[in-house]
Amino acid sequence: MSDITAGIPRKEPAIIQWLKAFALIRESIVGMIGAGIVIFWVSVAILADVLAPFPPNSTLRPLAFPGQELVLPAGQKLANQPVEDICAQIYENKSPTSTYNCGTFWLGTDHIGRDILSRIIYGSRTVLFYAPLATLAAYIVGIVMGLAAGYLRGWADDVLSFVSNVILSFPVLVLYVIIIATVGASGLNIVIAIVFASAPGIMRIVRGLVLDLRNREYVFAAQTRGEGIWRIMLVEILPNARGPLIVDSCVRIGYVTITIGVLGFLGLGLPPPDPDWGGMINETRQMAMTFPHMTVFPCFAISSLVLGFNLLADGLREVSLRD
Amino acid sequence: MLLFIVRRIGTMILTMIVVSILLFLTLEFNSENVAVKVLGPYSSPESRAIWLEDHGYNDALPVRYGRWLGNFIVGDFGESIRFKTPVAKVLLPRLKNTAILAGVTLAIVTVLGLTFGILAGMNEGSMLDRVISITSIITTSIPEFASAVLLTAIFVFYLDLLPGTSGMTDGFDPIQLVLPVMVLVLYDFGYVARMTRASMAEVMMTHYIRTAVLKGLPYKTVILRHALRNALIAPFTVIMLQINWLLSGVIVVEFFYAYKGFGALLLEASLNQDIFLIEACAMVAVFVAVATQTISDLGYTYLNPRIRFS
Repeated sequence: MSDITAGIPRKEPAIIQWLKAFALIRESIVGMIGAGIVIFWVSVAILADVLAPFPPNSTLRPLAFPGQELVLPAGQKLANQPVEDICAQIYENKSPTSTYNCGTFWLGTDHIGRDILSRIIYGSRTVLFYAPLATLAAYIVGIVMGLAAGYLRGWADDVLSFVSNVILSFPVLVLYVIIIATVGASGLNIVIAIVFASAPGIMRIVRGLVLDLRNREYVFAAQTRGEGIWRIMLVEILPNARGPLIVDSCVRIGYVTITIGVLGFLGLGLPPPDPDWGGMINETRQMAMTFPHMTVFPCFAISSLVLGFNLLADGLREVSLRD
Repeated sequence: MLLFIVRRIGTMILTMIVVSILLFLTLEFNSENVAVKVLGPYSSPESRAIWLEDHGYNDALPVRYGRWLGNFIVGDFGESIRFKTPVAKVLLPRLKNTAILAGVTLAIVTVLGLTFGILAGMNEGSMLDRVISITSIITTSIPEFASAVLLTAIFVFYLDLLPGTSGMTDGFDPIQLVLPVMVLVLYDFGYVARMTRASMAEVMMTHYIRTAVLKGLPYKTVILRHALRNALIAPFTVIMLQINWLLSGVIVVEFFYAYKGFGALLLEASLNQDIFLIEACAMVAVFVAVATQTISDLGYTYLNPRIRFS
């Protein structure tokens, strides 16, 4: 027995297979740039507490331009701490009170005096929490629907395909606006709306892949062994559909990022005051003519993150087409 | 072919009916809620009861839906709560404005997307191909609201060339259309270009193109007479489906530039819970989306001889 199986490599756990498919990205320059941008933003989100020079929601000095410094007299408080404790003293002669430099507004402040850089840094947490969460949830629903439709066929396929056609016939943003306006804006509702609107698209892709894979020999072998349908779908079929799904998930996470931004921009996003990039643009766009820094920097932030995901997807597609 | 057309149109009508049922249930299932939205949160329970009675909301749900659908088909969408006028009267001028915006955008997207896509796909892997591909990835990565901010900052704030809003308060002014169109084109043309490129690159690899080149036809003839005919079938579908995306895009752009169009109206209706207006807008949006999808399916079948003659 051992002689026969000796030459066959051991089957790796599913998670390693998926990671290996993902690791192929290192063969594509474009993909590596994309991965770099995404990793940059993920690190920013993780290290937000260390990187942000100011608390994101405290109002410090309205309408400061980029590069201005926050100079406070002694006795004032910053983030509930006396400035004496946390800021550098700059001069103490002329006036009875000494003055402290508490840092620079590298990107300026918004109309109510919150530091733009700190809000962008903390805003990356918001978007990098909700975008992957919503995409993952949409994938779970979409994969289950797609597997059921593609493998079971019959009425399950008809019903699921029709339902997804109906949902996909809505222009996406129209759907989001109606859903969010009806159920109200909250993090959970945004995730639900995104799942509702994206799962049918994922289902179509999975269904197409399954229709091809279900006639492979290893599926027949599994059926002959008497494996259950869910085991066949999840263990035999799904891992072999991973290539296109990984590419699609990168594109989709970019779209979801845009969606979260658009909802924030339209005033349908996460409730204030916690920073999210789209909301920052919406709050300050009336002043964009006079204080462009308030809106332009969040725009760069969200565009660069989406670009990262898209380049990553493009790199993965390039790599997967190569062999 | 005829059977196919009939079936596609049948599916389209069925989809519209299901959408209308979903929409009706979402917005009007709870009739008490409808009365609150129409009469305001401070209306008395008595007046709500009278309003519900007067407008037939005490009938059974299917009866109400049937009547609603009947009115809808003859163009009676009810009265807008916010504008206090019949919905159709608000909706039609807005639709006209959006048709202008979307029409101009689509025309430019088609020209730019096809040109760049064909140029890139003709010489796959060339410098031009790389530049066009990267450019289209970058432009599709910038969300419409971000490019609106950036373009406004450049053309209105720094260069002072264009107006920053497109309210069209003193009649129609084409100059005010420039920025909204630019934003939409920038976001949308990349996708068309990429799809055209892929289709063109695929055709350029086929044997019949190689044959055409090898038998000594001028390169121009090979491209124009042999390659394009097949390469443009897929982009046709992509461009038709782009209309669905445009309907999303116009919401953002019209909101940003205060353009009095359909997208801004839908957003305003949703934010103000103007249910009859939401229903009308949503149905119009879905109708446009489903109709273009049907046309693109039929067109694809017609254009592709392999499907047409089988």
